[in-house]
Amino acid sequence: MSAGPNDDPDLPVDNAARESRAMMTVRPRGFVTRALGSDLVFAFLRSRLTVVAAIVTLTIFLAAAFAPWVAPHDPFDLASLSLLDSLTPPAWENGGSASYILGTDDQGRDLLSAILYGTRISLAVGFASVAFAAVLGITLGLIAGYVGGAVDSVIMRIADVQLTFPAILIALLIDGTTRGLFPGLTREESAFYVLTISLGLSFWVQYARTVRGSTLVEANKEYVLAAKLIGLPSWLIMLRHVLPNVVGPVLVIATINLALAIITEATLSFLGVGVPPTQPSLGTLIRIGQDYLFSGEWWITMFPGAMLAILVLSVNLLGDWLRDALNPRLR
Amino acid sequence: MSPAPDTLVEVSDLSKTFDISPPWLDRVLERIPRQLLHAVTDVTFSIRRGETFALVGESGSGKSTIAKIVVGLIPANAGHIEIDGVTMGRDTRAVRTLRRRMQMIFQDPYASLNPRMRVDAIVAEPIRAFGIAHGRAVRERVGDLLRAVGLDARDGQKFPHEFSGGQRQRICIARALASDPAFLVCDEPTSALDVSVQAQILNLMRDLQAEFGLTYLFISHDLAVVRHMASRIGVLYLGRLAEVAPGASLFRNPRHPYTRMLLDAVPDLDMSGRPRTPVTGEIPNPIDPPSGCAFHPRCPLANERCRREVPLLLPAGEAIVACHAVAEGRAAA
Repeated sequence: MSAGPNDDPDLPVDNAARESRAMMTVRPRGFVTRALGSDLVFAFLRSRLTVVAAIVTLTIFLAAAFAPWVAPHDPFDLASLSLLDSLTPPAWENGGSASYILGTDDQGRDLLSAILYGTRISLAVGFASVAFAAVLGITLGLIAGYVGGAVDSVIMRIADVQLTFPAILIALLIDGTTRGLFPGLTREESAFYVLTISLGLSFWVQYARTVRGSTLVEANKEYVLAAKLIGLPSWLIMLRHVLPNVVGPVLVIATINLALAIITEATLSFLGVGVPPTQPSLGTLIRIGQDYLFSGEWWITMFPGAMLAILVLSVNLLGDWLRDALNPRLR
Repeated sequence: MSPAPDTLVEVSDLSKTFDISPPWLDRVLERIPRQLLHAVTDVTFSIRRGETFALVGESGSGKSTIAKIVVGLIPANAGHIEIDGVTMGRDTRAVRTLRRRMQMIFQDPYASLNPRMRVDAIVAEPIRAFGIAHGRAVRERVGDLLRAVGLDARDGQKFPHEFSGGQRQRICIARALASDPAFLVCDEPTSALDVSVQAQILNLMRDLQAEFGLTYLFISHDLAVVRHMASRIGVLYLGRLAEVAPGASLFRNPRHPYTRMLLDAVPDLDMSGRPRTPVTGEIPNPIDPPSGCAFHPRCPLANERCRREVPLLLPAGEAIVACHAVAEGRAAA
């Protein structure tokens, strides 16, 4: 490890950061400059990796959200599909076509468009399941921590049991039950809800545990006692006084869980429990491509796989940064 | 013993034990008996309208427990509390009306204000909860209250973290006054503040007492503060009252050996040269209190009877004192 004085990679970054902070503090303190000068923004700009991750994440989010306008083809429009175009390699390969930049899959769907639409589905499932898990977990954790006693024991034991079920088992269970209960429902209609509920059910425990822990601390503080003295009902005390003071850490968990939810969704779809091939998510695309991997059509699996990896990595990096920035003691 | 007509608060034979046993399964498996912490035992006192009754004692003597029981935050195991003719305990309509007339000021001004709420929302909360005012009248009342405690009405727009400890305690007082109470329980309201700020807050509390005709139950471990505030003082030792006396009389002529020990420990120029009894020993473990008089292991006057027999509160001059030595005349000053 012989590092000379000039090849220390941290030095220029540090200096630039210090200068930028000095510049910020000199400016008059309007709202925007105050936001720019805050610790969170400073920590953000200081870490190049985080900035890159944020830009990548934002680009993917936007591309997915506006897929119908951004994508060169509509992969769901059966009329525009032609089996003659199937298994076209990427544009730069021999036999590639300029209109299918990343090639096509076995049904002649443009892969780039399919990836954009698939990311859309993956993100929608991810956000919905994180929201579901957060609402469920926060509610149960708040009640467990505030009410305590037997209620606390019951909720937390259920949480312990919940942890022993893997997401895929819950997904299979719910998938089967839904089909049994609503025989007329097609996979296309039910897949989104089945995935959201099963992912939400497998992730709520983390929220519940975190919120319960903070609630135990907050509920004994004197401002909660003061609210009790006024005779406010328990639900109002929980909602108005305890909840705003315990949701901070939830933001961090939610960000990290989003990456986890996307990857679990891909796993489930890859295994065939998730989104059907007619409306492929990233996991479904990877599964379709896997059949052709050894016959030379590598692009059908590789590009969705790369997309998934980049997306999950970026979101994870953002989550890690958020955790560090909001909680200096962890550094 | 019917309460005098000017009595606002009547507390009789109040007892509270906390169950600190290990969980049931551990107890059964390891054959450990239940463990009870006797926080408060047979405490009886009454507070007259408009006076300040102070409870003093060391840490762990049960002061705060009594305060929380009196306002109804925790239930008592035994005893009877009557406030303004209403018996506390059952959640009747009368008790709910009473809640409005009874508020509490807490020890830690940093934990007693919700950090996510603006000050005017904090002070307005009791007003809205009890339906005292509606609409614009709420904001006016909040402004009046903030001015009454020496803050500016515009301070209502700020968050608690923008205030110092003393200012926060003023906000707490404003919140306590918001429901127009007659009785305020103050649990060490100044012990978390700087000495200079303590005096300001205490003077504010005295002014407000005169202005609104408030009755205080004042909990403190600081004898100098109590001397400034209290009309009558109860000295607690290990959950029992050792002595109850009018403020001036207690400081001039302490009777219980524990009271004397406490007063001798107060730094005071007037006391220079007088022989002092140093405070010896520590307050015993309330899980396993000493037999007889709980103070006997630390008492210079203890004899065989003190070790056997729990002393009762008996009149001695202006005071009532729970001490065999005082009752027998052994404690001649």
